[in-house]
Amino acid sequence: MSSVTPQEIKQEFLKSKIGIAGITILAILVLTSIVAIITIPVETFQEWNNPGNWISYPKVAIPVWVNLFMAEKIPEHRILETPSIQTNSRGGISLVSHQFGMNFDYDDFPNDFIYEFTSEYSGSPLLQMSVIRPDGIKLELLSTSLPFSDSKIIHSERIFSTDGAIRKNLSLQSEIFGFNIHRLSAEDVVFSKIQTNEPLKGDYIFLIDLYGVNSENQIPESKLIIGGKAFGVMGTDELRRDLAIGLLWGTPLALFIGLVVAIASVIMGLFYGVYAGFKGKKTDEAMMRFNDVIYALPALPFLIILSVTISNSIFLMVGFLMIFGWVGIAKVARSMSLQIKTRGYVDAATMMGQKNSKIILKHILPQLLPYAFASIAISVPAAITTEAGLSFLGLGDPSFPTWGQILHDANTFGAAARGLWWWIMPPGVMIAVTGLAFVFIGNALDAIVNPKLKR
Amino acid sequence: MTLKRYVATRLATMFGVLMITLLITIALVGSNMDTILKQGIVFQVRSEITENPAIAESFSSVQGFENFIQSQINQRIKVLGLDEPWYSPQRIGLTMYKILLLDFGHATFLTSDSGSSDVKDIIFEKLPRTILLFTTATIIISVIGIFLGALSGSKVGSIIDRITSSFAIISSSFPVWWIGMLMIFLFAFVYQIFPARATPDIPSSDPGYIWALLYHMALPLITIVMIGFGSWAYLVRNFMVGIMQEDFIMAKKTIGINQKKIIYIHALKNAAPPIVTILALSLSGSLGGAIITEAVFDWPGMGRLYFEAITVMDLPVIIGATYILTVFFLVSILIADLLYGYFDPRVRTG
Repeated sequence: MSSVTPQEIKQEFLKSKIGIAGITILAILVLTSIVAIITIPVETFQEWNNPGNWISYPKVAIPVWVNLFMAEKIPEHRILETPSIQTNSRGGISLVSHQFGMNFDYDDFPNDFIYEFTSEYSGSPLLQMSVIRPDGIKLELLSTSLPFSDSKIIHSERIFSTDGAIRKNLSLQSEIFGFNIHRLSAEDVVFSKIQTNEPLKGDYIFLIDLYGVNSENQIPESKLIIGGKAFGVMGTDELRRDLAIGLLWGTPLALFIGLVVAIASVIMGLFYGVYAGFKGKKTDEAMMRFNDVIYALPALPFLIILSVTISNSIFLMVGFLMIFGWVGIAKVARSMSLQIKTRGYVDAATMMGQKNSKIILKHILPQLLPYAFASIAISVPAAITTEAGLSFLGLGDPSFPTWGQILHDANTFGAAARGLWWWIMPPGVMIAVTGLAFVFIGNALDAIVNPKLKR
Repeated sequence: MTLKRYVATRLATMFGVLMITLLITIALVGSNMDTILKQGIVFQVRSEITENPAIAESFSSVQGFENFIQSQINQRIKVLGLDEPWYSPQRIGLTMYKILLLDFGHATFLTSDSGSSDVKDIIFEKLPRTILLFTTATIIISVIGIFLGALSGSKVGSIIDRITSSFAIISSSFPVWWIGMLMIFLFAFVYQIFPARATPDIPSSDPGYIWALLYHMALPLITIVMIGFGSWAYLVRNFMVGIMQEDFIMAKKTIGINQKKIIYIHALKNAAPPIVTILALSLSGSLGGAIITEAVFDWPGMGRLYFEAITVMDLPVIIGATYILTVFFLVSILIADLLYGYFDPRVRTG
């Protein structure tokens, strides 16, 4: 214990392999947090629990990269937002035409397709939707007029592939296909080969034409969604949320919870223990009895009751975790300060009439710093897993989705039973990796502080 | 300080802690409890009156009828002592006295498997199952841990030591419940070896119930042991490393005593006090950790009861379960303390 200078610690630490590994993982996590904070707007993240925000995403979609390992490619979910726009007006009739091109290269039909638009018009323009397939065949999908309006209005609508009109239009063109299409859904027909009902690969162009007598007609927002079964780097969950966003944002949150709780409880424990040990006698006795009381409180039941009755705000949760965090450190700090107290220089300082506070701050605390750093590193994983555990029970702060909450949702929707591994694996791995980084650092520091274990 | 005095101070501290825990729990849930109780009374009075139409007919005006109901409600609240706030000394005293005598009252929503809503019945039905699962797990963990730890502690730097140490470090940062989810995913759905829910689906009166329970226990047991033994082995290893460097071991080595004998008899004996302490502590610690683990595996024990009680805010059950958990926790801390004092006399003299 003690009498290790900071330089020595640094040198020893750089020699330890697991210490370096821990620091490297931590650096990557910090980098991830920075990337998350910069690239993902806070608004998206706060909309995590708002289903409306995720409506254009697919349900329980597998991560896209899975296709790399699959012989049969799973259709990707595509959100096409940038059509090529052409406007024409001839003979008093204006035409706004939006074209969405997409390359379809999968071995299964898409789930559905949805055209989502907002248009600005007056009168009653005609909206036509058609698709040009890779084999050159043009299928008419829909021809409908938008609701009549005298003055200029803004109209938003979603056209689903399940629309009865689309189905009817397709059945009118059924002679193109060499099989009976009447009982098939629209996407299974549109993306099918002519002879057999198998997916046809190639470039598709979806055409949206808006005809009107008024040349001011516009479609300011136009979005075509080809519903697939694979999406994004991390897939999506039952509530259509992009798991990549949740996982990314979980990183700064976990680091925040872990570090704040660990640092604060170590500082509290250190001062408490050192003061008790230094004062000794009655003060020590009383302070250690109080310490015993806190130590004997069952932590998890209490944390649960606290979060249910007081508040589940993440900041209060951090405070609650601190209440139970400082106790063990205080015990060790006390016994260490009891030893340091008996050393000559402390006696000398007392005799010279230095104030107690100065002796503690200048002569005792610095001796405990290596131990303090090691305990901070070791306390972080416990704080993170406890918070994750509470969130997993559904007691987390809903406005700050953490990894534990993703796992809570996964458990609620029976992800394990349904084989949705991309919903269960990544959050747990992230919790474990974050914990591991700090355990590595802590172990490396511990080996320096307690050289006995190193041998 | 004599042993007697040591035990007495410990006991007094423990009792104090128990009282403080109870007080905090009551303080936290007290106001909610009052609201719920009062709502219950209102509901009870109204339903009694609707069951008896003669009462309603005897009133000419709606106003008078409402006044009558209100006075009835107030009367009952007064009889039950609910007109005083929960923090009034009499009420807290009464509540704590009742709880000390294990009289937790009746659960608001939850019932035991046999249908009783008495909190005591519910708890004593669930408690043995939690003890069964977690005590078994802790015993297996400690046996594996002690042997593995002693083995790797005596051969520092060997392959076994490295594997044990790295396994301990890695497994300690995985949440048990997450591993539980993965185990369910793997062994209940991908390979259908074990049931996914740990609650047996036959009634507890069936003679085959014990076997069903044991079969359903397998998956949670394997998970807890898998995650737990690493850190145990690591702890024992660290004690052993310390002891193996002591002079008396060196001396025994030079005399030429069998290496195995040194490790398992002389060294392990000296490492006993901390190990026994940790054993006692981890037994009780596992009960607290049971809340999440049982929720994942759906094991019908105290942990799941606690979780269910929290989700529906069944306050009598919450208070009762907290009390029982605290008692267990304190008793094991006490045992750990006493054992430590017994093994290591230095502690007693303080």
